[in-house]
Amino acid sequence: MAVAKKTQAASPAAARSASADKVKPADFSKEQELQAYRDMLLIRRFEEKAGQMYGMGLIGGFCHLYIGQEAVVTGMQMTLKKGDQVITGYRDHGHMLACGMDAKGVMAELTGRRGGYSKGKGGSMHMFSVEKGFFGGHGIVGAQVSLGTGLAFTNKYRKTDNVCLTYFGDGAANQGQVYESFNMAELWKLPVVYIIENNRYAMGTAVHRSSAQQDFSRRGISFNIPGEQVDGMDVRAVKAAGEKAVQWCRDGNGPYILEMMTYRYRGHSMSDPAKYRTREEVEKIRGEQDPIEQVRQRLLKNKWVSEDELKKIDAKVRDVVNEAAEFATHDPEPDPSELWTDILR
Amino acid sequence: MAELTYRDAVARGIAQEMTRDPDVVFLGEDVAKAGGVFKATVGLYEQFGPLRVRDTPISEQAILGAAMGAAMTGLKPIAEIMFSDFIAVCFDYIANEFPKSRYMSNGQTKCPLVVRTGNGAGSRFGAQHSQSVENWCMMIPGLKVVAPSSPVDVIGLLAAAVRDPDPVIFFEHKSLYATKGEVPDGEIVDRLGTAKILRPGKDATIIALALMVPRALEAADILHREHGIDAEVVDVRSLVPLDTQTILNSVGRTHRLFTVEENPRLCGWGAEIVSIVADEAFYDLDGPPVRITTPHIPLPANDFLEDMVLPTVNRIVETVKRSLGS
Repeated sequence: MAVAKKTQAASPAAARSASADKVKPADFSKEQELQAYRDMLLIRRFEEKAGQMYGMGLIGGFCHLYIGQEAVVTGMQMTLKKGDQVITGYRDHGHMLACGMDAKGVMAELTGRRGGYSKGKGGSMHMFSVEKGFFGGHGIVGAQVSLGTGLAFTNKYRKTDNVCLTYFGDGAANQGQVYESFNMAELWKLPVVYIIENNRYAMGTAVHRSSAQQDFSRRGISFNIPGEQVDGMDVRAVKAAGEKAVQWCRDGNGPYILEMMTYRYRGHSMSDPAKYRTREEVEKIRGEQDPIEQVRQRLLKNKWVSEDELKKIDAKVRDVVNEAAEFATHDPEPDPSELWTDILR
Repeated sequence: MAELTYRDAVARGIAQEMTRDPDVVFLGEDVAKAGGVFKATVGLYEQFGPLRVRDTPISEQAILGAAMGAAMTGLKPIAEIMFSDFIAVCFDYIANEFPKSRYMSNGQTKCPLVVRTGNGAGSRFGAQHSQSVENWCMMIPGLKVVAPSSPVDVIGLLAAAVRDPDPVIFFEHKSLYATKGEVPDGEIVDRLGTAKILRPGKDATIIALALMVPRALEAADILHREHGIDAEVVDVRSLVPLDTQTILNSVGRTHRLFTVEENPRLCGWGAEIVSIVADEAFYDLDGPPVRITTPHIPLPANDFLEDMVLPTVNRIVETVKRSLGS
């Protein structure tokens, strides 16, 4: 039997040693705080608008909102450089906006219009922008984990130092192909950061009711993949952990697992009234840990901005979102001829 | 010109494409150092090295997922799924991921990959390692499906599949690996979506695929020699795209249609061909189209029983003879 590089006993204590040492998040500069504030607020307002438009019947089908989880993609995106890839599952609007995709194109895809990123043929769960390094937007829970492993394969094959961020949830973490991919990625030392967004509910089933091992950062231990838990509500913690993980991959050390401790304020999808948890639970986390409010308070406390200046930022973000909603409402429906395009060449 | 086995043709086809294009990578279980469980990829690891010819863990989902991720970023992977029955293990990638990526991304992410897989019965492997599952893939919009019957077609269609911008599922028949055929020297590149008339005839059209092709040819010889029936044998080669024109033209000349399928009867590919001919050439037919298939049962491991259920030369001869009333 081959001897693993980092030998672990079966005990939790020994297993824990495989987790890398946590990085203490460095304070953000004023510019970084402002950037994080703008980026997170854009996602929040966009998702709120999408929820409204869904309620008005302008968006049909599925619509999984990212509200509450904004710090995860915002912090991770700050660690990337040109040529890096991002791939995720179906709760994907936040990832697209973080990658710099146009809010109009994303919203118009939600309404299924011609100007949507997939001309209305993809919908909420299926959008791509190769130009921005975003490879979807995937509807089958966990499927993107092996696809992201393959994106990282190309980086290794072409000898670039690019990295693929592969996002999935605590629910997807219980799918089988995740572990096939972990094994392959570590075996081949592929530059992929597996980011497990633990929002505490796998659809409507709480983590403790769906997962035998609830510390998802340890899910890579038997493959020798280092992992750590991160405060996914603090964008500074996300960025700090992300930088370390991304550097680990760029240096050719293979994959890395980050478990982002986060929370989704809304239901799993628009049709989920979230009766499996209390209103108090949501209000408590929202009141004490909201990722945007944290940045806002720091900006004010440091006297980096005034309330008035924040209001101006809010107004600008609202303008972008309103413009996107306007476009997505009035853009024409796709031409029926599109039924037959982009299937086979 | 040289005589080559179907098995060696696989390795030659892959080598031809890997030599031509450095973006072609080949991965699968036991394909590299071991040369493949069917010894169809011997020598590739030695020729192209461990970066491009890769043994994988026994993880079909990770193999196809990684292949697709690599294809989305510009590589041209050839992935092997050892037995086609295992397509069921990784069907998400075949059914939901490969064929939808171009469509759902507005053409931004393409999926130029080939999945090679050992298909079909005759090796006494039993119900989980003997199936003909090309019909599982034929039914999915966004896939191309190929199944060669001869060494030269293996090379030419494999080359066409690798160069194709779409995902191609490439069915090699396990019982054909040891068969031989003449293969020209030099580069061979064929076209997907083209059927081949292997034996012209005027009395009946027999459409066959993969292992059923040599059986149909032998049956046609017997029909001609012993019963005076002149049957035309068409090798479909490619189920998607399907060369309907060659099939319809043949039926237009012979006025009778027979399909020889290894698929279990329900929803075998022959049903689709019969349906197309009924739609488009009904009045060319002088009698009902006849499907010669495996019955709708799991395949047995026992050699005697397995031989009973696959379409045989004798069954083809008898069916055609009886249908033509001679």
